[in-house]
Amino acid sequence: MSESRSLTILVADDTDSDRLILETIVRKEGHRVISAKDGLEAVAAYEQERPDIVLLDALMPGLDGFGAARRIKELAGESLVPIIFLTSLTDTDSLVKCLDAGGDDFLSKPYNRVILQAKIKSFNRMREMHATMLAQRDQIARHNEQFLQEQAVAKQVFDNVAHSGCLDASNVRYYLSSLAIFNGDVMVAAMRPSGSMMVLLGDFTGHGLPAAIGAMPLAATFYGMVHKGFSMTDILREINGKLKTILPLGFFCCATMIDMNFEKRRMKVWNGGLPDCFIYRKDDLSIVPVRSTHLPLGVLPNKSFKDDCEHYELAVGDRFFMWSDGIHEARDSTGEMFGEERLRAVFERNRQPEKAFDEILGSVQEFIGGGEKNDDLSLLEIVMDEPHKVDSVARETIFRRYSSLAEWDMCFEIKPTSFHAFDPLPLLLNVLMEVPGLRNYSGTLYTIMAELYSNALEHGVLKLDSAMKDTPEGFTRYYQEREARLREVSAGYIRIHLQHSTSPGGGRLTIRVEDSGEGFDKSNCSAEGLSNSQYSGRGLALVDKLCDSVRYLGKGNEVEAVFSWVNDD
Amino acid sequence: MAITSTVSADGNQVTIYIQGRFDFSSHQEFRAAYEKLPKTPTHFRVDLQGTSYLDSSALGMLLLLRDYAGGDKANIELVNCSADVKKILTISNFEQLFTIY
Repeated sequence: MSESRSLTILVADDTDSDRLILETIVRKEGHRVISAKDGLEAVAAYEQERPDIVLLDALMPGLDGFGAARRIKELAGESLVPIIFLTSLTDTDSLVKCLDAGGDDFLSKPYNRVILQAKIKSFNRMREMHATMLAQRDQIARHNEQFLQEQAVAKQVFDNVAHSGCLDASNVRYYLSSLAIFNGDVMVAAMRPSGSMMVLLGDFTGHGLPAAIGAMPLAATFYGMVHKGFSMTDILREINGKLKTILPLGFFCCATMIDMNFEKRRMKVWNGGLPDCFIYRKDDLSIVPVRSTHLPLGVLPNKSFKDDCEHYELAVGDRFFMWSDGIHEARDSTGEMFGEERLRAVFERNRQPEKAFDEILGSVQEFIGGGEKNDDLSLLEIVMDEPHKVDSVARETIFRRYSSLAEWDMCFEIKPTSFHAFDPLPLLLNVLMEVPGLRNYSGTLYTIMAELYSNALEHGVLKLDSAMKDTPEGFTRYYQEREARLREVSAGYIRIHLQHSTSPGGGRLTIRVEDSGEGFDKSNCSAEGLSNSQYSGRGLALVDKLCDSVRYLGKGNEVEAVFSWVNDD
Repeated sequence: MAITSTVSADGNQVTIYIQGRFDFSSHQEFRAAYEKLPKTPTHFRVDLQGTSYLDSSALGMLLLLRDYAGGDKANIELVNCSADVKKILTISNFEQLFTIY
């Protein structure tokens, strides 16, 4: 209990006898006493000793109790020093004067010992409570300062991740306002290696930290994949799957993503849950709304996710506007919402398309007036421009940072000891996947590589005969034999030569596989292999169909397959 | 690659699931999935949802299954094919031999 603690108490009284009585009472309670014979002494003693409680005689020579009380309260500053006036005065005015001077209570002479003790205890409790409150206040202030500092740093990280890329390109304008220090909206833009621009605007359910957390993997996935040349549908699927996995049920991200191709003047749009976006035609100032036809990202498992996009032809100077529902739901002081009608009206009034962006913002802000913004308000404008005018700086930095394989060739030779232990296909396929344009063909390329390699290995190196596979038992025996020969093989090689070159709008991969075998007569494996129902003989016919051309070199122990690809947009 | 299978309560339908690459290395597992059943099913389903790649030996294995299931009278569905897998099956004219979804 606090009562048991010994306090330091200042007793100031000019009457020696009164002071002695008081000192005795206080000392008996176990407290330390400091004495003063007048007001000035009391103030000096307070300054020096900083007592816990002050007992002041009201009427003293020199500086009286009222003056001393004022000085002591001043010196005490924020901390509470209970001052109890000791007085023989009983008139109301005098007692009020005691309290006005900063006294907390008064005690009439002659002293009642029990009451004095009770008052000391009571004021000590108040003093301690006050001290606790001050300490807690200071702690809260310190925590808050730290919290704000952390938020500021986190916001910087978030902004770097969520609002970066080529948003500053010359054909892009954007506006973001945030309700919390973190915005529930995410805006990302990046150039693909092919030179088209991908932009995504997302609006996470909720605000602040919960929304910001979801934006991080979205942005990281977006930038990682766009720079590597993945298609829009691949990127949307990846983001959807990621968000579905990490976001709690009921949290998702309404989003619109576009891929604007400046060379072909085309645009792909996917809208899942955001308000209608507008294409604003330069020629006739008409609006083409692009409706949301999908569920937001992070709702459906990837199995049922729909990634079909809308395609539009654009002319130079056509503008694409997208926004979060913050614009539609902006309220004026009466609580009325801005709504799509007002938004359309802005476009109807507009005469200069390049001013539409400012006019939208201006009219929303005018509408809100003193009203409170109740959602994140985001606006994005992307203009179809001549390819060379689209900020080349953004493009170059991206190319420097994310260069990818384009023109190259490599030769890979597998020697006898490796045949059994090593499957070169995953490794080689990984190399091929470094070429952005080939990524959409991983399944096809795997099949081609697998067929060519199996043929070289099974017939060229292991000298197995496909005829063995004519019966179900033979099929099994063939692969048992393959396994057995693989373990014993001690001679031979397979060389895989891959060469890639680019062409306008695509590229060409040449795969040459050479083995140490005697070669074979290709006349017995024509495309007819596909129409009969034998268990084997299908492989090379399949490669023939999947590639532009397949030809045999040397004595038939070398095969060259050429695979061409075109940009998917 | 991993091959798993489930059989309907009455034993008439077996569904075989193929994960990862579908090629010769899984042919024993694949055959075991339909040959070692207490009762020969009348309906066969091969679920290719988890199949990333397949090559011509996988096509041979599907034909083995078809012959086991009664050849031209076989009732086999290849379901959940990805675009890549479907392309290989189509090039090989497998839609004439199997029901492909």
